[in-house]
Amino acid sequence: MQDLEALVAKAIAEFGSTADAAELERIKAGYLGKSGSLTEALKGLGKLPPEERKEAGGRINGAKNRIEEALVARRAALANASLEARLAEEAIDVTLPGRGRSRGGIHPVMRTWQRIESIFASIGFDIADGPEIETDWNNFTALNNPENHPARSMQDTFYVDMKDASGLNLLLRTHTSPMQVRYARQHKPPIKVIAPGRTYRVDSDATHSPMFHQVEGLWIDEDISFADLKGVYTDFLKRFFESDDLQVRFRPSFFPFTEPSAEIDMMFTAGPNKGRWLEISGAGQVHPVVIRNYGLDPERHVGFAFGSGLERLTMLRYGIDDLRLFFDGDLRFLKQFA
Amino acid sequence: MQFSEHWLRQMANPSLTTEDLSHLLTMSGLEVEACDPVAPPFSGVVVAKVLTVGKHPNADRLNVCSVDAGTGTVLNIVCGAPNVAAGMKVPCALIGAKLPGESPDKPFEIKAAKMRGVDSSGMLCSAKELGISSEHGGLLVLADDAPVGRDVREVLALDDHVFTIKLTPNRADCLSVLGVAREVSALTGTKLVPPPVDAVPARNADTFPVKISDANGCGRFTGRVIRNVDASAPTPSWMKECLERAGQRPISALVDVTNYVMLELGRPLHVYDLDKLKGGIDVRFGRKGEQLKLLNEQTVAVDEGVLCITDATGPIGLAGIMGGDSTKAETTSRNIFLESAFFYPSFIAGRSRRFNFSSDASHRFERGVDFDNNVSGIERATALILQICGGEAGPVDDRVAQLPERKPVRMRIARAQKIIGVAIAADEMASIFLRLGLPFAREGSEAFVVAPPSWRFDIEIEEDLIEEVARVYGFDRIPALPPVVPAIMRSAPERQLASHALRDRLVAAGYQEVINFSFVEEAWESDFAGNDQPIRLLNPIASQQSVMRSTLIGSLLGTLRYNLARKTEQVRVFELGRVFMRDAAVKDGDHDVAGVRQPIHIAGMACGPAWDEQWGVATRPVDFFDAKGDVEALIAPRLARFERAPHPALHPGRSALILIDGEEAGWIGELHPRWQQKYELPAPPVVFEIDLRLLGDRGMPVYREVSKFPPVVRDIAVLVAESIEVRALLDEMDAQREAVVRDIRLFDVYRGKGIAPGEKSLAFRVVMQDTDKTLTDQDADFAMACLSKALADRFGAKLRS
Repeated sequence: MQDLEALVAKAIAEFGSTADAAELERIKAGYLGKSGSLTEALKGLGKLPPEERKEAGGRINGAKNRIEEALVARRAALANASLEARLAEEAIDVTLPGRGRSRGGIHPVMRTWQRIESIFASIGFDIADGPEIETDWNNFTALNNPENHPARSMQDTFYVDMKDASGLNLLLRTHTSPMQVRYARQHKPPIKVIAPGRTYRVDSDATHSPMFHQVEGLWIDEDISFADLKGVYTDFLKRFFESDDLQVRFRPSFFPFTEPSAEIDMMFTAGPNKGRWLEISGAGQVHPVVIRNYGLDPERHVGFAFGSGLERLTMLRYGIDDLRLFFDGDLRFLKQFA
Repeated sequence: MQFSEHWLRQMANPSLTTEDLSHLLTMSGLEVEACDPVAPPFSGVVVAKVLTVGKHPNADRLNVCSVDAGTGTVLNIVCGAPNVAAGMKVPCALIGAKLPGESPDKPFEIKAAKMRGVDSSGMLCSAKELGISSEHGGLLVLADDAPVGRDVREVLALDDHVFTIKLTPNRADCLSVLGVAREVSALTGTKLVPPPVDAVPARNADTFPVKISDANGCGRFTGRVIRNVDASAPTPSWMKECLERAGQRPISALVDVTNYVMLELGRPLHVYDLDKLKGGIDVRFGRKGEQLKLLNEQTVAVDEGVLCITDATGPIGLAGIMGGDSTKAETTSRNIFLESAFFYPSFIAGRSRRFNFSSDASHRFERGVDFDNNVSGIERATALILQICGGEAGPVDDRVAQLPERKPVRMRIARAQKIIGVAIAADEMASIFLRLGLPFAREGSEAFVVAPPSWRFDIEIEEDLIEEVARVYGFDRIPALPPVVPAIMRSAPERQLASHALRDRLVAAGYQEVINFSFVEEAWESDFAGNDQPIRLLNPIASQQSVMRSTLIGSLLGTLRYNLARKTEQVRVFELGRVFMRDAAVKDGDHDVAGVRQPIHIAGMACGPAWDEQWGVATRPVDFFDAKGDVEALIAPRLARFERAPHPALHPGRSALILIDGEEAGWIGELHPRWQQKYELPAPPVVFEIDLRLLGDRGMPVYREVSKFPPVVRDIAVLVAESIEVRALLDEMDAQREAVVRDIRLFDVYRGKGIAPGEKSLAFRVVMQDTDKTLTDQDADFAMACLSKALADRFGAKLRS
């Protein structure tokens, strides 16, 4: 029975000698097939005396099992090797750039606009909107700034070739304040609203653009004071600049529509303008004439308003030193804020 | 308002540094825009007298001077200035002097030197060498009475600063040094020392007749005759110095005195040549047809809206604005008439703007001039004129017609505390009023009643006083308090699609937001909107910014051109902004101004390669359908319809009207080749523009049961005429479909081999599904047959096998 052991060893050796799955199956047939060596050996059992048959059968089956085990193992090894080969072949350069379009971006001033909206919305401010071609009444008179008043020269106005019902030329709003008038006339206190938008003044140089953006803020209730204005606006600046360490000052000023009035300045802490104050907002307690123009009683309702320049806030936030960049449309500039 | 610190400190001299004084003014509402030293630092320069001047032996252009600089010895100094002369007094930099150099830390030091063989122990200086002027006018000539040896900085008062204050329109009272001094005194408690004003006694009884016909315009007219003046006398240097440091060019003694008194006391004056006045003065409104030539040579026509000073010849001056040429005092004038008037702001305001100029007088009168210093102003001016020009003054002729009423203003203490938000003590309020020179009475612990002084035109209501209290109390001292209010939740409607979300959609599609001016050049409106009646600006700052845009397309093309010029190949930009058109149907309303429609549009533009150049996808130019996909994603989940229609800006075969819920929402298309050529674009951009109003509602989700049964998918391919639009086929199939047909999608368009010319093959994938049962082949066959029949009946579509 030395033969059987030799046969098993030979089979294992032959299985191992091939790397081809079909060849493996052919080799297998030489042992386990219909006329394979072991099949023949089993067939030959009948010729043995009955007392030897059982023992011989056991040995042959043992050999058969060992060959089958070796076959299964070899099959698995071959399948694995073939998968490995395929995986290696399918490998890609994962550092190649991804396919598809690149993202665009929003304008930096709009980024500021959105952040301001969300900061004020977080304490319950509504957001309002209004027309940019306005009437003289909404832009000036309602805001306690009558015709011929020297204060009008503070804001050089663009006029258009259309007139309102009282024969006055329509104009491009010089500030976002007409929106506070419109909103306050439509709502009842407590009034808490901001109104961002485009504004226009006849002014064009390195630090002034004939079109720019402001955000108007208005809070009218029974007891909203100048100290509240300082609180809200200072808090806003801390959130907007994400810093508690800001140099901000409220300085007395004059606007026809507020009294007391303040100019709010912030200091550049970096860049070429470092150490200089920049006006970012006009603010104050709403003038009683304006409260009356809202249709409210100034004895009962008081509060503050402010108007801030979005370009200036954006410049301070990102250290931009040229206002004109905002309106040139240069993608090399704009894409930095994507 | 500009003035020198030195002048201010003569009237109020707090113990504050220049910098602290500047900060104090800014923080009280008088914003200091600039505070500049009148001279750079230098030292060792003294007054010297030139004793002799002799030719330099070795140089034609140089002189050798002997100079007394008060050092005890006569100095030998070589000098190249052409104006050097014996007897003159000039600044002399002694050995060791430090003159302004190239930078503050690198002064120019004077050393003993030999100049072409001659010893020179010092340097005689020009104004330029001392850094006090840029003019190279030779040596700076000092006054004859300047004491030899005295430091020039002291003699010329060079340790001084020029303050420039940006005054708000309500603070006309600070348009004078006295006004600012009054403020400084109030803020610091320093004593106010007004300039001396002594009455000048009349030496004769001469007056000039004055009549005020329009008292509502002219409240007071104070006049005085001065005879036998020498109008050619030089203005003293101290006065010139004050004027120059206040930004006023000295002109002649009489003009300089009036300017000086205006700056000093805030009292505008006018001086006439008495001998040129005819008849008498009448202050009245102009009459149509009248005109006059002004001091600035400008001739203006006046009318009933313009207050005039007139004499027998007609208007001789615009009241409170500018005098006339015909009666002006000149250096040859002998007899003069001084005017010190009060004109009401409302009759001056806006008038000079109408004539396109402004003057120091009009700037003050339209804001409000003290109506109680007419006499003191004229006395002050008289004294100065007599001092400089000599002459004999007549009596002051003060005619008061009708002065502004100063009503007492009541301020409730509690109201002030409520508005400011700080419980400022009543006594502190009292002290503020006292320091401001506002006379008041107290109504117990309730209120103050303040009598506004004649120089304040900004105290009429309670808030005006509250502002004064807050301002002088100090904004810095008011705490920053976060308000305490009920916590009420708020939310936006779920179906609302905010403009920011729309922006994000375009950003995700690769578009960069830009912001362009709302005013554009007129050609853009006619080219891109077919609008020949744009809303025009009456006062544009540039012709390419002269009309309001009714479309954003031109602006986006402008952005495209800007970036193409900077070698950017792929441009994909969008803008969200208002556009403006005339529309008589728009009435005044909460959000509207009558006659103008101003909707917000969102517009995008793509040009250049569809993708960034990359390894994985072949580059091709962006086309209509790229942009259409972006527009569909912008509008989703709602579905828009696209109907072919012409638009002035767009290629007529490649433009579509966008309809949302049947409403015209906007346009999409390729730029018209005509504009591509005119605007020199290398490739046609694709643009779209949509009214934001129609994008704001994304609707609410509608739930439908999800089928448990498997879908059946079949394809159908038909041949139709080229002219038939796919949308029509889809609409027809949608109208005729069986209920089980859930989705029909075009997946192939084919022309060419095997298809007759003028036809195209369209292949649709049809998804069918039932919620109640598994579909049988027969059900599916029937549904498909219905679809092909519908297409055959309506469009003559032939089924392709």
